[in-house]
Amino acid sequence: MLTQIPLEHILLLSAALFTIGVLAVITKRHAVVVLMGIELIFNAANLNLVAFSRHDPQLMQGQLFSLFVILVAAAEAAVALAIVLRVYQHFKTANLNQIVSREG
Amino acid sequence: MLFYIFAAVAVLSGAYMVLTRNLLYAGFSLLLTLLSVAAIYVLLFADFVAVTQLMVYVGGVLVLILFGIMLSSRVHDKSVMSENVNVGWGITISMLTLIGLSYTIWKVGFSSLPWIQQADTNVLAGQKSTVQMIGIKLMTDFVLPFEIASLLLLIALIGAAYIATDKQKV
Repeated sequence: MLTQIPLEHILLLSAALFTIGVLAVITKRHAVVVLMGIELIFNAANLNLVAFSRHDPQLMQGQLFSLFVILVAAAEAAVALAIVLRVYQHFKTANLNQIVSREG
Repeated sequence: MLFYIFAAVAVLSGAYMVLTRNLLYAGFSLLLTLLSVAAIYVLLFADFVAVTQLMVYVGGVLVLILFGIMLSSRVHDKSVMSENVNVGWGITISMLTLIGLSYTIWKVGFSSLPWIQQADTNVLAGQKSTVQMIGIKLMTDFVLPFEIASLLLLIALIGAAYIATDKQKV
């Protein structure tokens, strides 16, 4: 029998991952690293969904919802990287600050 | 015990992703974070979600991100380094977020909520895998979101291919 992992510890881990994702989105100026931060935020949300789904064994709504979150994240990453590539070809840089200052 | 090891790996490699300025190192530490999150899914009796995480994130999204890094920056150049801005504000905001979330989690006491205490977690430990149950659920209760998801993937595929093509050459 596996010992139960306390729910609070999983939620705290998820909060830490979310914080790291937010920090990456705020501080990094390369567009791809901002995308990595967004992926980390998605993972933190998924961890919460799966953790609560453990206490819902008949319906498993949390696990199903986390599957859909993974799917939407994959679609988002594909489109976002295509946009980043076009922006890089157009502006010759992927630095968000330089792109904003050139356009404005 | 295993959970704490994987949690420490996830948080440390996530922190390294933020601290390092080399884009490729950031990508590979994101790989480590995603792998340990997949291991934590296994520990939470979510084997199908863990395999999906491995296939979609590690096999798909991360490869896409590494290609994005290689195509949008010249290696051996300064552009493979990411510059940091707003460091003070970023640390302030994320520390406030972390403190607020942790305080809320400890105050609410999710483990003592009635529906969580009543839940019978041994049902999940008893069955061998969740694949059969997820398959049945996807074909009955969740069939509409399942079909909409396939449509969304098709639209994203077409859109990404359309955006990424060079329109001057075609």
